[in-house]
Amino acid sequence: MNFRPSAIGLRRMDDCPRPVRSLVARMPTFVRDAVWFRSPILRSAGVRFALIYAALLALSALALAVFLWWATAGLLDRQTETAIRADAQGLSERWLDGNLPALMLTIDDRLAQNVDDDAIYLLVDPGMRRLAGNLSAWPTAVTEANIWYPLPVERAGIKSVARAQRFDLPGGYHLLIGRDVRLRAQLRDLLTNALLWALVVVVAMASIGAVVARSLFRRTIANISDTATAIAAGNFARRVALSGRGDEFDQLAETINDMLDRIGRLMDGVRQVSNAIAHDLRTPIARARTKLEDAAMHAKTETDLRAAIEQATVDLDGIVRIFQALLRIAEIEAGSRRSAFTALDLEPLLADLAELYSAVAEERGQTLVLDVSPPLHIQGDRDLIQQAVANLLDNALKFSPESGTVTLSAHSTRTGVEIAVADQGPGIPQEDRGRATDRFYRGETARSTPGSGLGLALVQAVAQLHGGGIFLADAAPGLSAKLSLARGDDILSRNEGRAARDTTAGGMADQSMHVGGLGREP
Amino acid sequence: MRILVVEDDKDVAGFVVRGLKEAGHVVEHADNGRDGLFLAASENFDAIVLDRMLPGGIDGLHILETLRGQQNTVPVLFLSAMAEVDDRVRGLKAGGDDYVTKPFAFAELLARVEALTRRGKSDAPVTKLTVGDLDLDLLSRQVRRAGQKIDLQPREFRLLEYLMRHAGQVVTRTMLLEGVWDYHFDPQTNVIDVHVSRLRQKIDKPFPTTLLHTVRNAGYMVRAEAG
Repeated sequence: MNFRPSAIGLRRMDDCPRPVRSLVARMPTFVRDAVWFRSPILRSAGVRFALIYAALLALSALALAVFLWWATAGLLDRQTETAIRADAQGLSERWLDGNLPALMLTIDDRLAQNVDDDAIYLLVDPGMRRLAGNLSAWPTAVTEANIWYPLPVERAGIKSVARAQRFDLPGGYHLLIGRDVRLRAQLRDLLTNALLWALVVVVAMASIGAVVARSLFRRTIANISDTATAIAAGNFARRVALSGRGDEFDQLAETINDMLDRIGRLMDGVRQVSNAIAHDLRTPIARARTKLEDAAMHAKTETDLRAAIEQATVDLDGIVRIFQALLRIAEIEAGSRRSAFTALDLEPLLADLAELYSAVAEERGQTLVLDVSPPLHIQGDRDLIQQAVANLLDNALKFSPESGTVTLSAHSTRTGVEIAVADQGPGIPQEDRGRATDRFYRGETARSTPGSGLGLALVQAVAQLHGGGIFLADAAPGLSAKLSLARGDDILSRNEGRAARDTTAGGMADQSMHVGGLGREP
Repeated sequence: MRILVVEDDKDVAGFVVRGLKEAGHVVEHADNGRDGLFLAASENFDAIVLDRMLPGGIDGLHILETLRGQQNTVPVLFLSAMAEVDDRVRGLKAGGDDYVTKPFAFAELLARVEALTRRGKSDAPVTKLTVGDLDLDLLSRQVRRAGQKIDLQPREFRLLEYLMRHAGQVVTRTMLLEGVWDYHFDPQTNVIDVHVSRLRQKIDKPFPTTLLHTVRNAGYMVRAEAG
């Protein structure tokens, strides 16, 4: 994957509007001329993320080191200073109590009691001559009181460092109190070293981490970007690969894949419809055309010619009917017809339809049984429900054998009404039932019968408009088509808002909601 | 009958005008909305066949609304390629009496135009319909032919009533579906034919003459044999 520098990412100076230009001119030179400002590398989001990562890691490591330093080496220093101050306090009290001899005695005492052998005392008279203490002479460097001096000392041949402070006593006497901090200094050096090394390690880790983060980022983005590029190039089967970790990137990938699946299904639908139109309309158009041309070439008499023209007209009417059915389905799917919803009692509606079709059944030697258990009240579009049930009855009678029975039944359910039409025909094989509601679907057994293959598609569109679905099941023998319609008490109240929003997208959203329920046995 | 055809498509207009003339009507034609409105408002017609989309800045709906605004009740049939249910509803709400969508069969158009003109005339309430020796009493809901009582199912009665109200006119299958069953869809099977043939069994079969005729490529007609 490549990160192409975006054409609009960073504008060149000449392109900038005047205020921006003057702002840039006023920037410090290093900012204005900095290479990074325009560096194509920095335009890579991956590099930016990596740098931010490294900087954050280094910063937090630094903060930790500072705290460690303050909490250890700093603490030791502070302890030393506190001890010296306490010492000075004690000794000055002694001076006040018993003057010089008492002080000298105390110093000797303290030196004798100093187990760690780290204490340094020196008391001098105004002539800077040593009176007491374990330093041989006053160090020349120590000139001021209240300042900490690092004092190089040597005891028993070992060079060491002490921290000392000068205290001025009344009468021109000076007292130097110090502590040998060699061990502490060693500890501090150790710590400093450790922290410095740790910093080096942190920087190294941050760099490695940054590179890893960048490549991870790039790989994930590349994954998505590759898929998008492939799809843009026409390979719609490509999907974003999942890492299987279930992390945010996986979630994003899944969302994108879901979206692609949905688009794919919609595209399949469109492709299927256009293919079907191309194929299913080509046949009757070809038939009509052939008849006309054949008549023009071979008709001997006017009667022949007329007959051929009439036949062709019938064929064309059939094509028009298919078109109208397609448009009707599209119209229903668009959802605009919800505005025509009214309160309906399905009982007389179904009884009327049964009466209409029972004559047809009788003529074919079939029986149409009506079995409804009222009340069957819903909110809906009367015309559409009539047409949907008529389509189901049409189908059932068409595919039922002679002397077969078709049952139209209906009952209330928890959510609405379920209308079922069961026949004793060949049925639809389980594997085809999902496709049976596709536009232009014609079952194997239906190929020889007249029909457009749009009947069930319309029923499904009507069902979905009414917040329901169509479920095909085996009636053993035959097919049972169950049309569920939501009671829709809320549909009317939702209507006002919906009608305005019901664009194609809205319709599609609805579709997905119900398509999920397809094939599910109630 | 005097019929005005307002239609801008030359082929369709020529076809409709010719067909209506052949059916024995006097036909005027306007090919734009302005002329159409002028003719419709200034002359008397028994029916108007009106296209929805017209050139000249005045569309069919506008013409109809203007006419109805002038209390002109001339029957108007829309002939339009705008086939969506909403279009149809809008056309009928504006005061249209019928709506035929393009493409259409001329027989359907003719039957509907003639049905419209008849509708305009029958103002007085009818209580009895008679065609030849067939009587249908709307009050007692009894049907007799040659003095012989015929038992009909309620739906058969309404089917016969519809046919007899349009006696001497062609009634198409969709007109029956809409007029008798109040269905506004296209059933794939020949449900209407089945019902008509059942009715025929009762009112024609036992008698020497036929009253309920099938008109090829169009529909049905109730007519006394002599006429």
